[in-house]
Amino acid sequence: MSDLINASLKELGAALAAKKVSAVELATLFLDRIDALNPGLNAFIALDRDRTLAQARAADESLKVGAGATALTGIPLAHKDIFCTKGWRTSCGSRMLENFISPYDAHVVEKLAAAGMVTLGKLNMDEFAMGSSNETSYFGPVKNPWDSSRVPGGSSGGSAAAIAARLAPAATGTDTGGSIRQPAALCGLTGLKPTYGAVSRYGMIAFASSLDQAGPMAKSAEDCALLLTAMAGFDTRDSTSLERPAEDYSRDLEKPLNGMRIGLPKEFFGEGMDADVRAAVEAALAEYRKLGATTVEVSLPNSGLSVPAYYVIAPAEASSNLSRFDGVRYGYRAPEYGDLNDMYSKSRAQGFGAEVKRRILIGTYVLSHGYYDAYYLKAQKIRRLIAADFQEAFKVCDVIMGPTSPSVAFAFGAKSADPVQMYLSDIYTISTNLAGLPGMSVPCGFGATHLANPMPVGLQIIGSWFGEAKMLQAAHQYQKATDWHTRMPGGLS
Amino acid sequence: MNWEVVIGLETHAQLQTKSKIFSGSSIAFGAEPNVQANAVDIALPGVLPVLNREAVVCAIKFGLAVGATIAPRSVFARKNYFYPDLPKGYQISQFEIPVVQGGGLSIRVGAGDTATEKFVHLTRAHLEEDAGKSLHEDFHGKSGIDLNRAGTPLLEIVTEPDMRSSAEAVAYARALHALVQWIGICDGNMQEGSFRCDANVSVRRPGEPLGTRREIKNLNSFRFMQQAIDFEVQWQINEITEGRAIRQATVLFDPDTGETRSMRSKEDAHDYRYFPDPDLLPLEIGADWIAEVESGLPELPQAMQARFQAEYGLSAYDAAILTASRAMADYYVAAVAVAGGANGKAVANWIMGELAARLNKGDMDVAASPISAAQLAGLIQRIADNTISNNIAKKVFEALWNGEGKSADEIIEKQGLKQITDTGAIEALVDEVLAANQKSVEEFRAGKEKAFNALVGQAMKATKGKANPQQVTDLLRKKLGA
Repeated sequence: MSDLINASLKELGAALAAKKVSAVELATLFLDRIDALNPGLNAFIALDRDRTLAQARAADESLKVGAGATALTGIPLAHKDIFCTKGWRTSCGSRMLENFISPYDAHVVEKLAAAGMVTLGKLNMDEFAMGSSNETSYFGPVKNPWDSSRVPGGSSGGSAAAIAARLAPAATGTDTGGSIRQPAALCGLTGLKPTYGAVSRYGMIAFASSLDQAGPMAKSAEDCALLLTAMAGFDTRDSTSLERPAEDYSRDLEKPLNGMRIGLPKEFFGEGMDADVRAAVEAALAEYRKLGATTVEVSLPNSGLSVPAYYVIAPAEASSNLSRFDGVRYGYRAPEYGDLNDMYSKSRAQGFGAEVKRRILIGTYVLSHGYYDAYYLKAQKIRRLIAADFQEAFKVCDVIMGPTSPSVAFAFGAKSADPVQMYLSDIYTISTNLAGLPGMSVPCGFGATHLANPMPVGLQIIGSWFGEAKMLQAAHQYQKATDWHTRMPGGLS
Repeated sequence: MNWEVVIGLETHAQLQTKSKIFSGSSIAFGAEPNVQANAVDIALPGVLPVLNREAVVCAIKFGLAVGATIAPRSVFARKNYFYPDLPKGYQISQFEIPVVQGGGLSIRVGAGDTATEKFVHLTRAHLEEDAGKSLHEDFHGKSGIDLNRAGTPLLEIVTEPDMRSSAEAVAYARALHALVQWIGICDGNMQEGSFRCDANVSVRRPGEPLGTRREIKNLNSFRFMQQAIDFEVQWQINEITEGRAIRQATVLFDPDTGETRSMRSKEDAHDYRYFPDPDLLPLEIGADWIAEVESGLPELPQAMQARFQAEYGLSAYDAAILTASRAMADYYVAAVAVAGGANGKAVANWIMGELAARLNKGDMDVAASPISAAQLAGLIQRIADNTISNNIAKKVFEALWNGEGKSADEIIEKQGLKQITDTGAIEALVDEVLAANQKSVEEFRAGKEKAFNALVGQAMKATKGKANPQQVTDLLRKKLGA
């Protein structure tokens, strides 16, 4: 059985096709692990064994008949609770939606179900995806499987912890400022945020519409490529979804790296990065040179402005996106209130957590009359400058690399009292969201090696617009030469 | 001293699309509450707006009809505020860059020969979605929300402060009301709220800068618009005269009292926190799209007026009346098509005379006229070819109105109304009349012209009006040696 929990999606698909295991057996295996281990991790916040097994039986049926079966049919995965999932409670990690059963499927959920994948459950997350540690979830924090005193990262912390603990072979995540890549790095996984517009946002509860993008989280680049191929594609229901021909994101995986030019932004290698992270990243770059790639220094002069620009734009959009949660039609409504305004105030005061309220207040402020030009418009200008920096850099390189996060997973409470410190943990990931670029994180070693539980370090790979295939090629070739991505936290099997 | 009234109008025209502006729900009026509200309309988590191209086509049509600039790139923005019938907590509208920019409308103020022309400049017209409705009755102390209307496409049309009286404002509103129906973008139904106006009103001494304005909201009839503006103007003049400054405010007109009253002042106005909607790309309209829409646009009222004057010799006033609505113009064009261009003037006279009078009496629109354009044209043809006289024609008209026959010809035939043109028959009749009215003959010979008219009257009476009056007159004069 340990073979199956560590198997790649390709191996699981082969086992299912060869009838070595059924979809029901596979789903049961993971559901049983969830029952045993989730209470300590808190990664899953919605489970429905009957629904999961019904889906698995349907997958077995389709595998038996052969018709309509894909390479992913019968393979289980879990969804971040930001994706509307028909018949499932979809809470977005918030009390506001604690009792919201979605009447429809998100585009991503629909596509993965259409590919035959089996939903294991819904995964914990920072409330409305606002957080970098999973400490803002209404349903309590998720523990990092490598060290339960540490955070798994966020906001897709439930997704990361579930895969790291082998409670699911893969999961969906979303990334607005690093919410796929940072938890992937902190939990020793591979996670990919696609180019903005590659994956439809329909049915994905909006945090910051111009930055949000859904992507896969799994153990390897090979798995992510398979999942992304199933998730991506044009959707008429999302006006920002791009009408491009369907892509096979696995197509370049086996190409060698000879001649690949890796850009190293000098701004990503300055101060602020912990020594253990730096060491692991440098070692990874040395490995890349061994594999035939060359490295070149590039500059992203405006990247220092990315965190402040992000914390104007994202809260501005969020303040408006979250206005629909008013207690009128669905969601939390205060049990007692006076007039209409009192109903709004009390419902939203009680339904939202502190970090969400902080961002709504910031967003409302920066959009206010008299402040709009100074904050929102200026931030949008910075955004264009940041995108132009990347455009310039990609003239001399094929991919950009650096650390995903400045440190390994930190302890619970270490940054939760200081929002600025927390925001800075996304300093290397935010600029790609602002520029709309694809980015991923791959495990490249361990930090905190002097401690009982060394913690994973992530290498960030940033591709040019629609450069996912190249990014995945770089990640896969590295993973063929190293085994960091196969490491599993101790004490869980 | 004189006061100058300054008025600008903002009009919300509901666009005649099949579905909502950002979702696939129907926009038909009168459905049960909330049955025409889908996941997007009720703003479930995760849903996204998708722009309805038909709404854009309506905006392009309007822009072309008013000679405006169609913006090659316009932007949808979010107008943020909380209200229970606004499901997303923001309305998607256009703010900094609207789709229609500039342009204007030529209006006629007053009636007949005293009417004057005026050009009202438009500032802009932009696309936006309507909100739902709050129902405050019949819910046992609670409010009901109906989201059927939420997401209905609107074109908000904004004028410059060009109007100087309530009459001008109403003339503009009527012209706009006719135009949006003319180009088929709005059904113009004011009772159902498809066309509603807000009036910004201020007063000043001539030559002085603009006074502080107050906005009268939701005027849904032309009569109320006139009353509301007149009341508001007088109120503002009184306030200023008595030394009180006007404060910017939004006011409502109460048709029962005929008064306007303040709803909210500028101080408690919302800060809508407009910003570009990140869920929608900028709206890009290329020259080819504009050309495609233009090719499907009907002939516009102004062009039609000029054509009617040139081709049928109508006066400017007649041409304006006949193009006051699409239905009227359609009727006229259809009638002329049957009657022939040479009868264009006669057709105009009949429509504006007999037909208009009958329609007014029955409070009917020309589209509902029991006499079709072809029937009226058939009648006019019989006058032109001397089959019937004008007087008989009025009888035939009456018969057509009452449905006594399918055509003028049928009625003329059935009721024996054909004009007598047989000279012999008329001559015999004239002789009889002369013999029977010796007194009149003598009076006429003594120089009383009136007596001649009496003789003509007697002759016409004898033929039941069917004789050609000209022929009778000529014969009488001949016989009397006059």
